[in-house]
Amino acid sequence: MKFLLIMHMNPQIFESLTEEERNAVMDGHGKFIETIQQSGEMIGTQALADPSTSCVVRVRDGLPAVTDGPYLESKEHLAGFYLVDCESKERAIELAAMIPDAALDGLGIEVRPVMFSAGMEM
Amino acid sequence: MEIEVLLRRLAPQVLGTLTRRYQQFDACEDAVQDALLAAAERWPQSGVPDNPRGWLTTVAARRFVDHIRSEQARRRREAAAAALEPPDEFLDPELDGEQPGSRDDTLSLLFLCCHPVLTPASQVALTLRAVGGLTTAQIAQAFLVPEATMAPRISRAKQRIKAAGASFRMPSEREWPERLAAVLQVLYLMFNEGYAATSGPELQRHELTREAIRLTRAVHHLLPDDGEVAGLLALMVLTDARSAARTDEHGTLIPLAEQDRALWDTRLIEEGSQLITTAMSTSQLGPYQLQAAIAAVHVQAPTADDTNWYEISVLYQILSRIAPNPMVTLNHAIAVAMTRGPTAGLDVLDTLRTDHRMTRHHRYHAVRAHLLEQAGDRLAARDAYRTAARLATSIPEQRYLRSRVARIPTDAVEKIGENS
Repeated sequence: MKFLLIMHMNPQIFESLTEEERNAVMDGHGKFIETIQQSGEMIGTQALADPSTSCVVRVRDGLPAVTDGPYLESKEHLAGFYLVDCESKERAIELAAMIPDAALDGLGIEVRPVMFSAGMEM
Repeated sequence: MEIEVLLRRLAPQVLGTLTRRYQQFDACEDAVQDALLAAAERWPQSGVPDNPRGWLTTVAARRFVDHIRSEQARRRREAAAAALEPPDEFLDPELDGEQPGSRDDTLSLLFLCCHPVLTPASQVALTLRAVGGLTTAQIAQAFLVPEATMAPRISRAKQRIKAAGASFRMPSEREWPERLAAVLQVLYLMFNEGYAATSGPELQRHELTREAIRLTRAVHHLLPDDGEVAGLLALMVLTDARSAARTDEHGTLIPLAEQDRALWDTRLIEEGSQLITTAMSTSQLGPYQLQAAIAAVHVQAPTADDTNWYEISVLYQILSRIAPNPMVTLNHAIAVAMTRGPTAGLDVLDTLRTDHRMTRHHRYHAVRAHLLEQAGDRLAARDAYRTAARLATSIPEQRYLRSRVARIPTDAVEKIGENS
C-alpha cells in the first residue's frame, strides 16, 4: 500500500530550535532515508522550497492570472513528503513516527493513503 | 516455445538443482537470475541451445562458484574455495534431463519463498522471482514501484530466510497443512494484486494474474488430490473468465450485474466449473472451494436475474461458519438481501456495525447504501454512498459511488445539504 507521509512545517517552531536541534532533525532524515531504502519501502522524497517562492495560477475566461505567494495563507505549509510503499497502514504510522519532525512540539506528520486507479468490481 | 515462457518454466527447476547441491538459497537464487538474464540476452540471437536447462544450470553454477570464490577471496579464505567442486564436474549429463527431483523442487521452493518469517508482500515478491522467474524490474513494474524499491525488499527477504535457518526441503508432515495454506495465500494475493488493477498501467498487472494462475496450475498438477489447491485454481479461473467485461472504455468498473456476459470466457468458465465440481465431490470442503463455488454460481447464470441467490447465500453461510471474516459477512448480507429482501440483508449487515475494520472500509458503506436504496430510504442511502465514496481508495470505485449519489433524484434529498 502506498502512503504519502506529509511534512507540514511551521517555520516559527523550526526557528525556535537551537542549531544543534536543527542539525539533529536533518541527520535524522538522513538516517530515516537510509532505513526505508534498505527495507525497500521508499519510493521517493522531495523537500519543497519556501512557500514565498510559490505562485498560484488561475485561468479565468481562458486567461491565466498569476499571483505570487502560496495558495493557502496559514502558519503551516507543506514542506515536503515521503512517498512509501509498505505492508499496512500500521506500518505507515510506524514509519511516520520515525521522521524526526514528528517528535517536535507543535508538529506532526500526516499519513495519507494514495488512491489507486484500481479496485475490485462490486 | 517463446523464450521468455521457456525461461520461466525452467527457472524453478534450475534453482532447485542448484539449491539442492549448494544449499545456499540466497546466492543460488542470484546466480539463477544472472543465468536467466544471460539467456534472455543471448538466445534470441544464437538460438535456443539443444539442452536449455543444462545451459542454464551450467551458467548458473559457474556464477555461483565465481561468487563464492570472490566472497571467499574477500575474506581471505582461499583454501576453502579449492574444496568447491568446479562446475564442469558437477554437471553430469543426468542433471540436465528431466529428473524426478523437479516435482519436489518446485514445491520446496514455494514452501521456502512462503516461509512464515516473511511478510506477505515479501513472500509474493520472492515467489515471483524465485519460482516465477520474473526479473526484479518486472516485479517492481507489476507492483508499480521503482526497481530501487523492490530490489532491497527481495534481498532482505532472502536474508531473513537465511537468518531463520530455513532449508530447502519439504516441510514435515506436521507443518505441511499450515505451510501449504501459506503458499495458497501467497498465490491468492498475487492474483488479487493483478486482478484489482483495472486502469492505467493495467497491462503490466495482467502479468500477475497470469503468473498466479500458471503457478497455481503447477501446484495443482503436483497435488491433484488437494481440494483447496483445486478450489483456488477454480476461483482464479472463474474470476479471470470475467475480466474482459469488468471495465468500460474509460476504465470504470462495471458491477457484476451489469456486465455483458457475452464477453465472458466460456472456455475458462467450463474449466473452472469442472475443477470445482470435482474438488467438492472428492475432498474435504474448504474456504477456497466455497469461494470458487460461489463464483461458479454467478457465472453459470445466463443473466444477472437468473442468479441463484439462494444457493449463494447458503454457500456464504457455510463459509462464514468455517472461515469467519467480516468480508464474508458483508457478502452474505448481499445474498440474503437478494433472497429475502433488503431489510433482511440490512439486519445481517448490522452485525458488523461495531467492527472498526469494516466501518472504515468503503465496501461496508457501499453495500449499506445499496440496500438502503432498495429499501426506499433514499436519504440514508445517499449519505452512505457519500461516506463510501470518501473512504474508497480506488478511482474507478470512487467514480462509481459518486455516480450512485447523483442517480438518487434530488427531490428526495432536499434536506440533506446540511448533513454533509
